[in-house]
Amino acid sequence: MSELVIPKPVKHKFFTPGMIIVTLLALNGLYFLAKRFLFGMGAVTNLNNFYPWGLWIGVDVAAGVALSAGGFVTAAMGHIFHLPNMKPVIRPALLTAMLGYTFVGIGVMVDIGRWYYIWHPMIYWNGNSPLFEVGICVMTYLTVLYIEFFPIVTERFRGKVNLPSILSIFNKPIEFLLKLFDNTLGKAMFVFIIAGVVLSTLHQSSLGTLMVIAGYKMHPLWLTPIMPLLFFISAICVGIPMVIFECLIASRSFGLKPEMDVLKNIAAYVPLLLGIYLGFKIGDMAIRKSFVYLFEFNKYSIAWLIEIVFGVIIPLVMLNFKKVLNSPLWLFIAATLVVAGVLINRINTFIVAYHPPYAKTPYFPSFGEISVTVGFICLMVILYRIIVMIFPVMSLPIKNEEKY
Amino acid sequence: MSDNARRDFLKQVGITTAATVGLSSITAKADEYKSGEVQGVLVDIGVCVGCRNCERACQVAHNLPAEDPEEYHNRDIYKEFRRPNTHSLTVVNEFENPKNKLIPYDVKYQCMHCNHPACVSACIVGALTKNKNGAVTWDTNKCIGCRYCMVACPFQIPTFEYDKAIQPKIMKCDFCFERTKEGLLPACVANCPVEALTYGNRDELLVLAKKRIARYPDKYIPKVFGEDEVGGTSWLYIAPVDFETLMFPKLGDKPAPGVTEAIQHGIFSYFIPPLALFGWLGGVMWLSKRKKELTESETKKEEDK
Repeated sequence: MSELVIPKPVKHKFFTPGMIIVTLLALNGLYFLAKRFLFGMGAVTNLNNFYPWGLWIGVDVAAGVALSAGGFVTAAMGHIFHLPNMKPVIRPALLTAMLGYTFVGIGVMVDIGRWYYIWHPMIYWNGNSPLFEVGICVMTYLTVLYIEFFPIVTERFRGKVNLPSILSIFNKPIEFLLKLFDNTLGKAMFVFIIAGVVLSTLHQSSLGTLMVIAGYKMHPLWLTPIMPLLFFISAICVGIPMVIFECLIASRSFGLKPEMDVLKNIAAYVPLLLGIYLGFKIGDMAIRKSFVYLFEFNKYSIAWLIEIVFGVIIPLVMLNFKKVLNSPLWLFIAATLVVAGVLINRINTFIVAYHPPYAKTPYFPSFGEISVTVGFICLMVILYRIIVMIFPVMSLPIKNEEKY
Repeated sequence: MSDNARRDFLKQVGITTAATVGLSSITAKADEYKSGEVQGVLVDIGVCVGCRNCERACQVAHNLPAEDPEEYHNRDIYKEFRRPNTHSLTVVNEFENPKNKLIPYDVKYQCMHCNHPACVSACIVGALTKNKNGAVTWDTNKCIGCRYCMVACPFQIPTFEYDKAIQPKIMKCDFCFERTKEGLLPACVANCPVEALTYGNRDELLVLAKKRIARYPDKYIPKVFGEDEVGGTSWLYIAPVDFETLMFPKLGDKPAPGVTEAIQHGIFSYFIPPLALFGWLGGVMWLSKRKKELTESETKKEEDK
């Protein structure tokens, strides 16, 4: 059946009631964003000298990078290991990664006090800093993602360049350029695909190194020298569930039949990955004897239990059942749990576990901070929808297409 | 080129050559801050009377808004525990003395100027520098305002101007770097009326601190805070009570950036691991593609039959 499936632009109405809400939430976020740039960080955020990092770093940046891991995971599985059945999900995952990382970049720009100096890491180097490594890798990887996406753009327009009236003189040169790019890029693409995987390995793990330097300010349930390894494995774990999550949402939103054959095949890899992750997490805990903190009943032990039970153990068990793999609803629930688990892990690591000395009240994000984060997610949804309606990203079965 | 600029430059050259030639100079780490030129300040909490002259002197020296001198003698301010902020790079707090209510403990806080500063190691652009005289200084021309230094600092010292939309600064004690360069004392030390602060060579200050503790064993607890904490700090404290009751963090003697730097240099040692990963993935890609093509052509052949 998968042979019949080819990527095509989706034809659908853009504004549905759901999309109107999404657009309104995006506008609300943009309002607070404008406030932040006009009046400074303090006007919008609850950050202070004790809590310098909050929701924007924890969710927009750290979780944003993790949840964009689908791009490199599917690229590695499909293009490098040549595992079967990957093809239909590579493009949607690539688009998510491209949008995700674009917004990670924007998120960083919003959070740093001097946003106009965002290019400084390119000329001022500090090899000791994990943040420097993350910054350089994310910048490079974002470029690689745009290059990887370019063939989809050429595929859409090659042989179809037809600019109106006076601009039509550019038709031939543009056509020639597209052809040139397509032919040369196609041959060199393997370099970029491998580079994308290497860069992702590096910065996904270095994100985990970030909080190691905070030392005693971090709760021992999360602070471990193997944090980079745990971050890397959890990024691989969340790659496929994120693809499943958005494929199911997109197909529902566009009224298409979900590609369950493909999705259940790739979902079968997830329990093994989650098992490895859980093994490292528990093993590390046993070696460092940090499990004693689980018996203290406080916000840390509760946060840790929610993260592991709902984000790892339950989906790990669920995905072993055929019933779950075959049902769009159950598969969606399992994938959502993994996605939420990684999101909670990043929030726990960057916000909950961080308890600085001298702080009088714990940090909780302000309405403005939450608005900006929600607004960015909504903007991503809007852009995703626009792009899949213009470019051949989603794989549509022939019979689905006949509906239109 | 100043010493630090040259060192940064050499470091960058080192990293780039490491990438190409496979040699590196960044691992050679001499313990250069342990002795010699490193200056420090010994704070004697048993002597400090909490006049807050140091707070005002610091504000004046750093062009920060200062109040009238009389304002600083109002002791009501001690009702609330304060931390250094963007307007006061050093603050004094007062703690009750259970033995004698008339003689409270007054404690001055500021950047400790660590021998192995976490902020310097963490800074994404290297805007923080550990200078030869011990001072940890901040470069406004490099800083991007990411506030990772504030996450990293074990003493929770750097502060950030959240209220500024353009050019917000990281504010912290700079050990009066500009003053000491000209041979002047740090502003706080110069303005302490009771000599609770002693400026000098760090090694000599350690000797002095231990001598004072030995001479008055009833007055001081036998500990110099800052001698070993996070690998040692330029600022040293002696006190009549243990330091945790004076709101100092309990810290080990390992430098704060140690683990992170080990991980970073492990992942990046001479760029070999990333390049090896690239090569391995390339090999896997080529092999698995061939295998796939072979099986595909075989099935095709079978179909043809």
